[in-house]
Amino acid sequence: MAKYLVQRVIYLIITLFIIASVTFFLMKFLPGTPFQNEEKLTEEQQQILNEKYGLDKPIPVQYANYMVNIVKGDLGVSFQFDNQPVTHMLMNRVGPSLELGFQAMVLGSIVGLMLGVFAAMFQNTWIDYGSTFLAVLGKSIPSFVFAAVLQYYIGVKLEWLPVASWDGFASSIMPTLALAIFPIATAARFMRTELIEVLSSDYITLAKAKGNSRMEVSVKHAIRNALIPLVTVLGPMAVSLMTGSMVVEQIFAIPGIGEQFVKSIQTNDFPIIMGTTIFFAFLLTVIILVVDILYGIIDPRIRLAGGAKK
Amino acid sequence: MSNSTSEKIPKELFEPASTDNMDNELIAKPQLSFMKDAWLRVRKNKGAIISAVILLLVIIMAAIGPHISHYDAYAQDVTKSNLPPKIPGLEKLGIFDGKQEIGGVETDVYKQQNVKEYYWFGTDSLGRDLFSRVWLGTRVSLYIALLAALIDMVIGVGYGLISGFKGGRVDNVMQRILEIISGIPNLIVVILMLLILKPGIISITIAMVITGWVGMARVVRGQVLKLKDQEYILASRTLGAKNSRLLLKHLLPNLSGVIIINTMFTIPSAIFFEAFLSFIGIGLQAPRASLGTLIEDGYQTFQFLPHLMFIPCIVICIILIACNLIGDGLRDAFDPKMRD
Repeated sequence: MAKYLVQRVIYLIITLFIIASVTFFLMKFLPGTPFQNEEKLTEEQQQILNEKYGLDKPIPVQYANYMVNIVKGDLGVSFQFDNQPVTHMLMNRVGPSLELGFQAMVLGSIVGLMLGVFAAMFQNTWIDYGSTFLAVLGKSIPSFVFAAVLQYYIGVKLEWLPVASWDGFASSIMPTLALAIFPIATAARFMRTELIEVLSSDYITLAKAKGNSRMEVSVKHAIRNALIPLVTVLGPMAVSLMTGSMVVEQIFAIPGIGEQFVKSIQTNDFPIIMGTTIFFAFLLTVIILVVDILYGIIDPRIRLAGGAKK
Repeated sequence: MSNSTSEKIPKELFEPASTDNMDNELIAKPQLSFMKDAWLRVRKNKGAIISAVILLLVIIMAAIGPHISHYDAYAQDVTKSNLPPKIPGLEKLGIFDGKQEIGGVETDVYKQQNVKEYYWFGTDSLGRDLFSRVWLGTRVSLYIALLAALIDMVIGVGYGLISGFKGGRVDNVMQRILEIISGIPNLIVVILMLLILKPGIISITIAMVITGWVGMARVVRGQVLKLKDQEYILASRTLGAKNSRLLLKHLLPNLSGVIIINTMFTIPSAIFFEAFLSFIGIGLQAPRASLGTLIEDGYQTFQFLPHLMFIPCIVICIILIACNLIGDGLRDAFDPKMRD
């Protein structure tokens, strides 16, 4: 276990190092400059700006500086937003994104699990088909399409909820729903297949033979064991939430990281793009690592060191 | 019980058993090939078959659609801008009649702007026919998805075959490389690549392929590891088959199931990715149209002209749902054990 953990952490560090390096060099090849109204600046002014941001030094020196700063947790300063430190900007914006992500995850898991359980318990009835159909819809419909449809009908036409703002719980309902459809679909599909498999195993037959009711068997014995593998879908869920957050935050005008990232792409703000990329990469790789380790702890049947490689 | 049933069966139905046992091993039914067997099972999955038909219709429309409406997808005509959909025949039913609510009043925009023609899906702000543009966009989206899926398949299968078949140190090194690449979130790679490459069909495809092949490589390697120690490979090797023959003649056909399933799931995710990139503004550039750019354009004015956004949205959802259902059907057919 310890050996496996160390190995995984080393991979994580290598991955992050590669991402940071690739990000840095790609940004250097990017056409256009990061300064606004560049054509109005004289050559001297440009010189001063370049010096100020260390852009006049040779690229290897810039690279070394950048790497050292990242390790210190300093991601540079924004070119566009009044020299604000990127770390600072990220911290300011992480709140709404996390809040939405968390709500979507909780809602998605609960609704998805319920759909999956019902589908498995009433296999091959209309309940099963209905829930499977919902799951396919959730998996297929892009979150931005769903978000825009919600916004149009519930926000603009019915005026039940604020169209696009960020103040209080009411304004977070629609973005949460839009983000939750993928988790719902994934959890439902997964739960259904798992539960069907568990329900046909020997110990369930034994539990039934002992005279327990169907409800009791399902709740006490089957669902518990079927829940375990669900941990593995947390990784893909996190990825989808991140992708979704970029468009959903843009659609609903939420001051989160995703919205900031899209904005910085459109304005060529290198430090923010680099910083957000590394932040996202860090978040995702850590989540996937934690999920893998959790899985090993929760389910003793999985042997991490031996089972992971074959 | 047994007496009564035996009485009911007429004597003529009984045939004398053959006296020699020579043809005991004879296979009475024609042998089912792998593909035939899969087809027999897919056929039972109604959802997959209906989806395949719908997808086929969409593909046909993508091919001929831009030519049936007689309006060029790029021709701009400001006198005919922002028209709602109007379809002859359906207009009498009160839908698609070219009417639109403006400031709470239902107005016939076609009469107002003095337009005699029918625009089946309406027009955009530059007066371009949405019907032509939607099918043209579908064409571009499908093209990008197919291209990305094909390249993913070639790279992934090649990498997986070599890694799994060679084994040992080669496999070890290749797996470490794979682990590092798969650790990088693909969304980030795609966005970064698109920032330096000029947005276009080829660059979007390349950006998606860079990380897209990893999944295929993993699945193929896993299957090769499982298959390469089986007896039929050993038999073939004993008979003097070269590695290339083992790979192409024996392993590849047995991998075709997982390869097809994986590719079938790559296509919808590529379509989604293209639309996503266009939506955040780094996809195809105007005047080129893809489903993603149409949705993005439509979104700008969707509060007043919802049809500009909803029609491409419906098309993309139909494609994605159909692809996923076909993928599910194929997966169940090729390998009932390999669900989720």
